[in-house]
Amino acid sequence: MITELLVFVFLAAAAVTTAVAMVLQRNPVMSAISLIGNFFCLAGLYLLLRAQLLAVLQIAVYAGAIMVLVVFVIMLLNLGNEEKLTERFGVRTLLAACVVLVFALEMLYLFLETHVATGLQIMHPNAPSIGTVESMGLALYSHYLLPLQATGMLLFAAVIGALILAKKHTS
Amino acid sequence: MSVPLPYYLGLSAVLFAIGVIGVLSRRNVIVVFMSVELMLNSVNLSLVAYSSFLGDIAGQALVFFAMAVAAAEAAVGLAIVISLYRNKQTVNIDEINILKW
Repeated sequence: MITELLVFVFLAAAAVTTAVAMVLQRNPVMSAISLIGNFFCLAGLYLLLRAQLLAVLQIAVYAGAIMVLVVFVIMLLNLGNEEKLTERFGVRTLLAACVVLVFALEMLYLFLETHVATGLQIMHPNAPSIGTVESMGLALYSHYLLPLQATGMLLFAAVIGALILAKKHTS
Repeated sequence: MSVPLPYYLGLSAVLFAIGVIGVLSRRNVIVVFMSVELMLNSVNLSLVAYSSFLGDIAGQALVFFAMAVAAAEAAVGLAIVISLYRNKQTVNIDEINILKW
């Protein structure tokens, strides 16, 4: 289907654009807004991959909860434009470019030398049925029950840790 | 006929590389944190893509747990940023060097 390819190209271009904007913006609030746009594009891509539950969770958890927390902290700390924070373009940016170049070459090698580029051209016929809330819920509460409970404990510990870290110590 | 898997993997690699650039070149700790989130998301994308193309639910379950871990990480990370800002009045990671030998 050509429409699916068009939607993919549009979402992929938007995702890359917002990601680049996120890294290049000097104002942290604008960075956060670009990242929210990126999360929406990824949610669209999840829908394209028939992962309905994860698409909704991507918007609710990432664009909703996590980014609201980030924007809230940026505004709480009253971080203005980053002109005051001296951005040093120099040795460090060069190092970043080198690391990314190595990573890109590695990825290119993997794409060219292995069968990853030629295999798996069509989606598995079961794909629409495994991304539903029903099948995800069944899997999470049967096969992945122990990790799910551990995740609950982790979130609980994280909330208490965050409270203690951010609390003002009056001593 | 759907979009082939290599397209998704390529997009995932590009987003990961942008995240790496952000972590290594930006100095604002909150922007560094957001770049880490971007890297987490790009890996999630390749996991979901493999899950759909192989017809296996394990990838999507893993992404579910990765989201929960990212939420926990966001809470603790931002709390650390707040207490750092309270102590040093800065979010520039060049000036936050108390853990450096």
